[in-house]
Formats: sequence, C-alpha cells, structure tokens
Amino acid sequence: MAKELIRLRGCSMVFDDVTVLDDINLYINDSEFLTLLGPSGCGKTTTLRIIGGFQTPTSGDILFDGVRINDVPPHKRTINTVFQKYALFPHLNVFENIAFGLRIPKVGPDGKKVRLSEDEIEQRVNEMLEVVNLRGFGSRKVTQLSGGQQQRVAIARALVNRPKVLLLDEPLGALDLKLRKDMQNELKRIQKAMEITFIYVTHDQEEALAMSDTVVVMDGGRIQQIGTPEDIYNEPKNAFVADFIGESNIIDGIMRADGVVEIFNRRFTCLDKGFEKDEPVDVVIRPEDVDIVPEDQGQLKGTVTNVTFKGMQYDIIVDFYGFKWLIQTTDLSPVGSRIGIKIDPDGIHVMKKSQYSGMFGDYSSYSEEYEEIGDVSIEPDEEEPADEE
Amino acid sequence: MKNKLSGFAVPYVVWMALVVVIPILIMAVYSVTTADFDLTGENFTRMGAYVSVFARSFELAIIATLVCLLMGYPMAYLMAKEGPGFQRVAMALIMLPMWMNFLLRTYSWMSILENNGLLNQFFSRIGLIDLVNHIGLALAADPSQYIPITHFQMIGTSGAVVLGMVYNYLPFMILPIYSVIVKLDHSLLEAAHDLGSNNITVFRRVIFPLSLPGVLSGVTMVFVPSVSTFAISRLLGGGTHMMLGDLIEQQFLGGAYDPHLGAAISMVMMVIVVVCMVVMNHFGEGEEQAVML
Ligand SMILES: Nc1ncnc2c1ncn2[C@@H]1O[C@H](COP(=O)(O)OP(=O)(O)O)[C@@H](O)[C@H]1O
Ligand SMILES: [Mg+2]
Repeated sequence: MAKELIRLRGCSMVFDDVTVLDDINLYINDSEFLTLLGPSGCGKTTTLRIIGGFQTPTSGDILFDGVRINDVPPHKRTINTVFQKYALFPHLNVFENIAFGLRIPKVGPDGKKVRLSEDEIEQRVNEMLEVVNLRGFGSRKVTQLSGGQQQRVAIARALVNRPKVLLLDEPLGALDLKLRKDMQNELKRIQKAMEITFIYVTHDQEEALAMSDTVVVMDGGRIQQIGTPEDIYNEPKNAFVADFIGESNIIDGIMRADGVVEIFNRRFTCLDKGFEKDEPVDVVIRPEDVDIVPEDQGQLKGTVTNVTFKGMQYDIIVDFYGFKWLIQTTDLSPVGSRIGIKIDPDGIHVMKKSQYSGMFGDYSSYSEEYEEIGDVSIEPDEEEPADEE
Repeated sequence: MKNKLSGFAVPYVVWMALVVVIPILIMAVYSVTTADFDLTGENFTRMGAYVSVFARSFELAIIATLVCLLMGYPMAYLMAKEGPGFQRVAMALIMLPMWMNFLLRTYSWMSILENNGLLNQFFSRIGLIDLVNHIGLALAADPSQYIPITHFQMIGTSGAVVLGMVYNYLPFMILPIYSVIVKLDHSLLEAAHDLGSNNITVFRRVIFPLSLPGVLSGVTMVFVPSVSTFAISRLLGGGTHMMLGDLIEQQFLGGAYDPHLGAAISMVMMVIVVVCMVVMNHFGEGEEQAVML
C-alpha cells in the first residue's frame, strides 16, 4: 500500500475577495507522480505555492506526514521547487547554483548545525550534474546556457538536496516540442530512479497523461476530477474534463434505462448504470471511437462538411441533424459525402449534467469558413431510430 | 550598423566632441605647457607641494562615500522592501532637498553648525555646554588653568566637510541601490528560501551580491563629486581644509592664477579617479565570486 505523504484538507485561497481556490481536498502518496492539470488561471500555481510554503491558505489545512504545516516557512520544509522560469542565480555559475542548498548548514537530529565538507559538496554536485546530463558544465555561467540546460540546472539544484517532494511548475513550458518530449522522459526516469514524489503543474493534457501516476484536473479553483490518466480519459466526470482531456463530442442524451441512452431520438447501448430513468445526461463520444460505415448500415447518418489531413489520420467534421461531430478516421470520406456511423457500447460515456453542460464538445465553429463556400443542406432523416435492444 | 553611424547619432557625436573631447584635449595641452605654451613637465613636479591636499581630498571623499554607503544601503533596502506608500513618501523626501539650490543647502548647514549657530544655541539652552564645563573643571588637574568652552567647534572641521558631502550626495547612493534591489526577480528570493535559506542568508547570498552593481554606481556617483568638491570644503571647512577643488579653483579664479598648474592637477585627479573606478569595477566582479563562499 502506498503511504500518504501530503494532504490538503479543505484548502481555500481568497485574494482581494476573489476566491482563487475553493475547498481543495487532495492527498498525495509517497513516490507518486501527481500532476495538477488545468487551463491557465485555474489555481495550479497557487496550489503548488501552498504546498511549497510560499502562501498560506485562507482556510483549510495542509498536512505533511500527518503533521499540520500551514505555518512552517519554505526553508524548513523538505520540499524543493523547480520554478516556472527556473529562477537560477545569475551571479553564480552552474556548480554554485546547484551547491546553493548544500552550503546552508542544516540542523541535525541532535539540534546542532551540520555543515557539509567541500569534498562532499563537490561529490554531490558532480553526481547531480551526471544525473541531468550536464557533466563538465560546472564552471559555465548560467546565463550562457540554453533553455533546456537551464531547466536541467534548476532540476539539479532542487534534487541535490534530496527532498521528499519536488514541485515543478510548468517546467517544460518554454521548451520546443522535441526537447520537451526528451525532458518528459528524462524527468520520468529521474523520478523513478530517485523515488521522489513529484507534484507537477501543466496545462498540457498530453504531457499530463504521458507522465503521471495521478492526474488532478482543475478548473475555476476547484478540483474537477482525480484519477489515473486512463480513468480521466476514459471516464471523464463532466463535460469540462471530457473536453479538456483530448477531443470529445459531447451530446445531450437521455438515460432510458441502465445501459440504454438515447441520442437524437435513437437508442444506444452503453455500459453506464445507476442513473434515474429518463434522466437528462451528457454523452461523450471520442472521435476515435466512431466507426464509419456505409450510410444504410449506420446508427446515425450525416454529411461530411470538412476534412483535415493530420498525418496519422483524417479529422473529419460530420453534420448529424444539425450537430457537428469530430471523427478521426484513416479512410478518407470526401466533403459532401453521406456516411453512416456505428459506436460500440464501450465507446459511449455517460456523465451527469453539470455546470459545464452545453459549453463544450460542439464542433460547429470548426468548419464555419467551409460552410460558407460549400452547400451543406441538412436532409431531415425520417427513419425510425434503430433500437439496439 | 557595425561601423557606420546612423543619422540620429550625428548630433550626439558632434555634441560629445564639442563639450567632452575638445575640452579634455585643451586641458591636456595646458597641463604640459608653460604660460608661453612651451612644452614642459614642470607643472607635474610643482604639484608635489600639494600632496597633502590630494591626501586630504581622497581621505574625506572616501570617508563620505563610506558613510553614504552605510546610511544609504539600509535605507535603499527598506524602501525596496516596504509597500508602495512608503516608497513614494521616502522617494519624495530624498528628492526634495535635491531640488533646492546646492549653495542654499550648504549655507543652511553653516548657520546650523556655526559657533553661535542653531546647534550651539540649542546645546547652550539645554545646558550641555555648562555641563561640559562642570565636568572639565572637576577633572582638571589645576582648576585655575581651566578655560571654559563657550561652544562646540563644529564649523571648520573635517567632520563638517564630511557632513556636507554626505548631506548633498546621499541621494546618489540611495537611488541606484534602490533601483537595483526593487527590480530583483522575486522568484530568486523564493528560490533561495526554497533551498533552505532564512532571511539573513537570502540577503547575504542573493540580495547583496546582486545589488553590487547598484552599490558600485552609487559609490562612483558619491565619490567623484566628493573628491572634487570646492564649495562644501570652503563653506563648512572654513578654508582651513583646502581640498583639490579649492586648489584648482584658485589656479583659475583665485590669486594664485596659473591655469597650466590647474589643468595639470585636474588631469592627475581625473586619472586617479578613473583608475580607482576601473579597479573597483574589477573588484566588484571578483566580489560576487567572493561573497558566495
Ligand atoms: N498574489 C495574488 N494576488 C491576487 N491574485 C492572484 C495572486 N496569485 C494568483 N492570483 C490569481 O489567482 C488565479 C489563479 O492563479 P494561478 O494559481 O497562478 O493559476 P495557474 O497557475 O493555474 O495559471 C488567477 O486568476 C490569478 O490572477
Ligand atoms: Mg501558473
């Protein structure tokens, strides 16, 4: 069983009467890679700063190893931070930047101050330079390093202190795509090797899914969902999560019975249970879970209004009864063609209605320009809904 | 753009030539010639008589600079750390005297420091002078020989000259230090805290080393005018503490009219100041390395 290391209990943060964090409840296990994911301004940095000790929550408690640490200043927490813009010391070279924390005397268990010897400092810094692939860079000025190198110095400077927890605030935000992928792997490798708890902040859902053990999706200062990357992707809790994590078609539906949901007056078999009979719901259908079939075999029939080549697949926009869906397919269906679709029961995810209902998952703006040119006439489909039961 | 000047630069180049380069050249010529403009090195050898003036000028300027630094740094630090309200008020109070005429400020200090000036009147009023006389009389070996004081001697001392310099030039120390500290990236301080520093360590290892460029320009801006001042030393030093500025002034305007010697002294002073600054800048760079150890 994983051991709980940090817990946020009912943490709220109010700046000038604006609630920035609203009742955050979260626990973080030892050696876990946890990611706070959400759009800019949703309170990720603020949450991280509460954990780091740079901000005290307006209400609520933060516990470390079961002990309340609301009032413990940052320098007394065994937590280190990799700052959003690195915050390397410009007056110190790479070696001294990394050695910064080591040169500060620590209070030992006997209450006496312990100072590391020069030899020990040198050994640990060099060890760290090795870990982040910067061997031989010790005497460089930090201002002469590239973004990726500065990033790695910042990570080394934090890790060399052997913290229990490392906080990383959008650490790869400034790097280009290729470097970013490399660094993602490198960070993951370091985290595994050193068995340190990583609390990672990003607004990039792909990054979050690729790296994390646990993803915390936030919006508007609230936690929307906590789960493994698979949970979050496959079982989004509401329209916000479904839309933020990957592409989603989100359609109004009505739950007719356990395992039966009605969309566009047609019944589909799904795996979801436990809703009221005839409860209005949001239905998520991922673009890759839709199979294209000839029109007469389709559960739904529509007209292709836009096609974009994406390398691995085509993104096509299909108009079903006035609602535009995004479908990803490897087979080209030209603009204007009529197609049918089939959706397997496990491709349909039913969610309770929420404040986000109706805000996301509609791709009608996607092809606006094309509509003006092409003549897209919606033919009313008079066919009886196909009943799957 | 490398070697060609853009059109906008031309007026500035002309201006610089007119008011900087040409005057320095004229001075250089004067410093190595006699009254009849024959080449000579005599101006420099004659300067030997004034070594004590050089020494006093540099001594007082260094003291004034140090006092400005010791007073100005904490002030600048406080201003940068306090809220914007405090910053505005402090800034106004620092700038206000600078907008008043320099001579007026210095004359005011005269009337404060004079033998029967405001301060001495105040000391007399509160009985401080009587007290000193009582103690002096009691301690004197031979009371009949004891000469009671009527005032404290403040005007005409080196202390008064230093005070005048500090009063006039302190803002030039505070402002550059303040502007460096206030612009420090806050995340650097948070990073230092994060790595285990308490407030003192953050100051010692991050804020102070990073504020050195401000200190350096503050020191320059106080030291240079201090070492060449003439009005302050004449008005507050009572003429007994002749400084380089006074000496040079005498050569151009005073009884000892000798512009060639004046130019030579000015040249030497300029060279010494430039050398000091270069050395300090160098030292400043090394300092950053030294501070972190
Ligand atoms: N010190 C502060 N004072 C006032 N508002 C703040 C402060 N810090 C953050 N905020 C506000 O809190 C919200 C959340 O900020 P932040 O936690 O930085 O979001 P994120 O990191 O997710 O982009 C933003 O609207 C931001 O403007
Ligand atoms: Mg942020």
